[in-house]
Order: sequence, then C-alpha cells, then structure tokens
Amino acid sequence: MLKPASYATPVEKLLFYAGWLFTALVLAFLIAPILAVMPLSFNAEPYFSYPMPGLSLQWYRDFFTNERWIGSLFLSLKLAVTVTLLATMLGTMAALGLARAKLPFRTVIFGLLLLPMIVPVIIVAVAVFMFYGYLNLIGTFTGLVLAHTALATPFVVITVTSTLTGFDWTLQRAAQGLGATPAFTFQKVILPLIIPGVVTGALFAFVTSFDEVVVALFLASAEQRTLPKQMFSGIREQISPTITAAATFQVVLSICLLVGTELLRRRSERLRGISS
Amino acid sequence: MLQSAANGIELKRQLAASERKGHIRATLLILPLLLFILVTFAAPVVLLLTKAVYDPSIADTLPRTAAALKDWDGKDLPDEAAFAALVQDLKKVKEDNTAAFVGKRLNYEIPGVRSKVISSTNKAAAITEAPFKEKLISADKLWGDKLIWTKIKQAAQPVTDYYVLRSLDLERDADGNVTSVAKSQAIYLTVLGRTFYISALVTVITLLLAYPVAMMLAHAPMKLASILLIFVLVPFWTSLLVRTTAWFVLLQDNGPVNDFIQYLNLSDGPWKLIFSRFGTVTAMVHIQLPFTLLPIYAVMKGISPNYVRAARSLGGGPFYSFFRIYLPMTLPGIGAGCLLTFILCLGYYITPALVGGASDQMVSGVIASAMNQENNWGKASALSAILLIATLVLFFVYNRLVGIDKVKLG
Repeated sequence: MLKPASYATPVEKLLFYAGWLFTALVLAFLIAPILAVMPLSFNAEPYFSYPMPGLSLQWYRDFFTNERWIGSLFLSLKLAVTVTLLATMLGTMAALGLARAKLPFRTVIFGLLLLPMIVPVIIVAVAVFMFYGYLNLIGTFTGLVLAHTALATPFVVITVTSTLTGFDWTLQRAAQGLGATPAFTFQKVILPLIIPGVVTGALFAFVTSFDEVVVALFLASAEQRTLPKQMFSGIREQISPTITAAATFQVVLSICLLVGTELLRRRSERLRGISS
Repeated sequence: MLQSAANGIELKRQLAASERKGHIRATLLILPLLLFILVTFAAPVVLLLTKAVYDPSIADTLPRTAAALKDWDGKDLPDEAAFAALVQDLKKVKEDNTAAFVGKRLNYEIPGVRSKVISSTNKAAAITEAPFKEKLISADKLWGDKLIWTKIKQAAQPVTDYYVLRSLDLERDADGNVTSVAKSQAIYLTVLGRTFYISALVTVITLLLAYPVAMMLAHAPMKLASILLIFVLVPFWTSLLVRTTAWFVLLQDNGPVNDFIQYLNLSDGPWKLIFSRFGTVTAMVHIQLPFTLLPIYAVMKGISPNYVRAARSLGGGPFYSFFRIYLPMTLPGIGAGCLLTFILCLGYYITPALVGGASDQMVSGVIASAMNQENNWGKASALSAILLIATLVLFFVYNRLVGIDKVKLG
C-alpha cells in the first residue's frame, strides 16, 4: 500500500502522504543519533563536532592498544562467554521442563524465573552488592558471572519456550518407541529442532552480559573494568573521543548479532513448518 | 468383561505412573535454574527488602539503654538507671570502635548529632560513678534533651518503619504519631513524583510517535516494511549505554545538535541541551520508542484491511472508521507497548545519570547515591521496596493484559 486506497477522499490522501513523511522523520530520529556518532570516531581532533577538520584512526588505535580499553574489552568478552554458556544450559533445561503444560505451579515458576528481567536493575545491583558482600564475592569474577547469569537466563527461557510452542512431542515418543535412550532422543531429535531458539537465547544472554553496566558498577572492583563500566567512567570522568570508537565497535557488533538472530528466526520457522 | 475392567484399572495405573515420571523429569530439568535464581537473585532481593524494615544497629550497640528505656513513659527525662545504662553502653561502643555507626544512625533521626554522639563516647569513658545523669548532661547538653532519648527508644526497635516512612517524607514524632517531615528534609515524594511524571511523559511521547509509524509500516508492502523495520531494530539491539553515549555526545554545548542550531541561525549561544530535562526525555524517548512501537506493529499486522473497507463501503467516513473500527482493534497493542515502556522507564538509572541534571534524577539514581555516597542501606532498601512494588503491580497488570508467556523478543 504505497498509494492511498482508491476510495480515499482528498483529506485522506493528504493524511496518507503526511503519514509517510512523519514515518520518515521518526525513523530518522531513531537511527540518526547512532549514525551521527560513528563518523566522529574518525575525527582527527578530539572534539565532538562537525565539520571534522580531518580523518584519523587514532581513537581506534587508543581503543585497541590502551590497556584500559583493550583490557576491558577482553574482560567483558570473557565474562559474556562464561555467562552465555551457563545461562544457555540452565535456561534450555528449564524451558524443556516448563514445556510440560500440566506441571503443577507452572505459571508461578515461570513468573519467578522471569523476575530478573522485570525487577529494575538498580535493585538487583544493590541487592546483589549487599548479599554477595556476605559471601566475599564482591570484586570477583565469580560474583559477576553469577549476577549476570541470573539477569541473562530469562531471555534463554523465553526464546527456547517460544520455539517449543507447537513442538510436536510425538516425535519424541516415536524416537523412544523405536528404542532411543532419552539422551539420544534429545541429541538427535529435540535439539536439532530447538537449536535456533537456543542460539537466539544464547545471543541474548551474551548481549545482556556484554552490555550490562549497573551491576558491574556495584559489584566489580576498581581494577575490574568491564567495557560498559569503562565507557561509563569514560563519560563521567575524562571524556575522551575513544568512547565514540568504543560505541561504534559495539553498534557494529549488535548489527552482526541482529542479522544472526534474524537468520536463525527464519530457519526456525522453516524447520517448524511455519511459513512467514 | 471382568478382565477388561481389570485391564482398565491397570492401564489407568500405568498412565498415572508415566504421568508422574514425566512430572519428575520436568521438575528435575527446572530445578537447577530454579535453585540458581533463588540463591543468586531472589535471596539477595529478599535480604534487601528486609533491610527496609529491619535495622538492629541501635538494639545491638546500646542494648542496656534499650532495656532501661522499655518502660520509660517519655514524659520527662529518663531516670538515673537509664543514664547509667547509656554510660555503660557508650563505654562498650568506644571499646568496640562502633561509635561512628551509632552516630550515623542517630544522625538520621536528628540531623547534626553525629559528632556529639561520637564525642560523648569518649567523655563517657571518664564517668566512673554516680550521678551518671548529671555528669553525662554536663559532658554534653545533648543528653539533657528529651528528644534524643525518644529517638533512641524508637530506633532501639529492630523492626522499624523509619526508613519506609522517610522514603515517603514521613516520620514519627515524640509521641509516636506519623507526621510529615520538615519541608527542608522532604525530598523523596518529589523524586517519586518526578519518576512517575517522566515515565508517563516518555510513554505518551513514544505512543504519539510510534502509532502512526506502526500503522504505515503494518500496511506497507512486506518488502518495504521489513527494510524500514531495520531502522527500529538496530536501535533496539544497540545497548542502552551506547545510545545514551550517543546522546551525550550529540547534546554537548559544542556538539552536532548545537552546531546545527547555530547553522540555522536559530540562536546566538548554544542551547542548554545536556544535563537538562529536555536531554533526559529525548534520550529516553529514543531508547523506549522501539518497545512501544513493536507490540503495536504486531497487533496491526494481524488486522485485516477488510474491516475498514467494510466500514467505508457502509458509509462510514474516514475519521469515523478510524476511531470506531481501527483504533479499538489496536488497543491491546497500545496497552502492551505503553505498559512495557512505562514499567521500564520507572527503573531508569544510567540515562538520567549521564544526560540529566541534578533535578532530573529518578528513584534509581537516589537509590544509587544512598548506597554510594551516604552509605545508608536502610534508605536504599526502603526506596527499592517502593520501586519494586510499583513495578511488580504494573507487571501483574501487564501479565493479565498481555500474558507473561507471550513476551516476545526481537
């Protein structure tokens, strides 16, 4: 419907084109801030303004060579990968269990497992700071892993659960009827069908940890700089244009992940026979 | 006949057994995550909430005084026994090096008494014999004031409503009645009100921006719509911190937006965009817009254009058809999108902290500064409890309206 409907009155036609103009402006508002920051990361001068006097890769050099930044990038990657493995395993298992519709207290358990996604993150940060203090987990890698995994699991539970809606459980019974062990059935029948949901959940878990800043601000020690924490203090304390390079790097990473999930979603729908 | 009945019972039994086995297997699958969430997440939050109403610091540090004041009627100064008990307690406090805690806690009740309390612990060490009352009052006039004793008696209750009341700008007076705090100390209702106001404002703006866009996209050709949706999904997938950073850079006094304003000759000097309400709301609208838009879009996709066509062919005008036919059908999407945005806005911390000014801080920011700057855990806990209750109530509504199972990502 790129043209107004044939029965449209003149006023409607006007509104229709105004609607597209409005849409263009809103979409520009959504994407412009992200696009506007990217070129600034190539600025030769340490200013945040256009027109840029020249181009330079110095902020990227700083990002990839300065121990503060590259160290924070590696810490965040290590943390996010650990969280992803743990959250995906726990979340997938729970989602498989929750797929049993007649399970007693199913809704209550489901709600409880989704709570970390709902509770405002500052409350999680403060609560975890107090509680992990008693367990001597503040300033430790383990503490960050546990807190981030708790925040990440709801996304895995949701994505795997949505792949399991409409899942044909007779396939499982057929496999077992033919003599397959439960482990073999899972590996050869169930997993290949739910793998798109599992991987999407894993990507969400990765992003949750990789982008998380509030819990890290409370829980990490002064030397434990995750990338978002480093960016946060980079903005608060000494504004260096390196943050624009870091931001650009993260935007590119999220676009890659977005493309990844979109491809997986299509594959999942094809596998389950849902045509889009 | 008899045999088949027996078989039926046998079959039922087997069915029940296999059902039970399935339940057990499902439970075993859920159990690891359930335990994990209970230990790493639920237990900390519950502990936090108890700290909002449970503070044994005075009962622990001044136990004798607490006991001596139990039967005090609060009319006159307490008797000699209470003073003797306090001197004993203060000596112990000095010994244990906990004077700073006692001072801090009593300072919440009566601002400015911290140093007096701490110096009293030093002076109490010199008081070895009766009359304790006279000597303590001459050591510091503070103890000749009935108010401090009333407050010690109130604070000696380990279970206290002090922090929750203070979060609502209330306190208990000398008689134990709930009253409003002095104007100069009343700040939290303002913060709570501001949090709700900003959240509502952002929700309304995102709805006004999202609705027409969702409508155009939902009825555009499939190919075009999926390309245009990228403009919504890329920001959706970009981290909140990165988007806040983008706005932080753009809104600088000499940043691109002000450059543009100068270029258009709209103003002589730079506009105050960063550290302002305008900056906070703009950045929050930008971040929340996809959350409001996507549920509305999803609902609109499912509405057949035949309804509006039918309305039009039956003589309904364009506005009548829109408001009576189309709009009501999109209400579930509007409800879901707006509620989600409102709930998420209530918990905003990073964006107001980086882009907002001092008068744009929301509840989360005040909780953070209660923890980091004031080290006042009771206050942080009470404010957290209020924020949590508001969030959970709204989420309960969301669950009723949309269904928690229907939460979709991406």
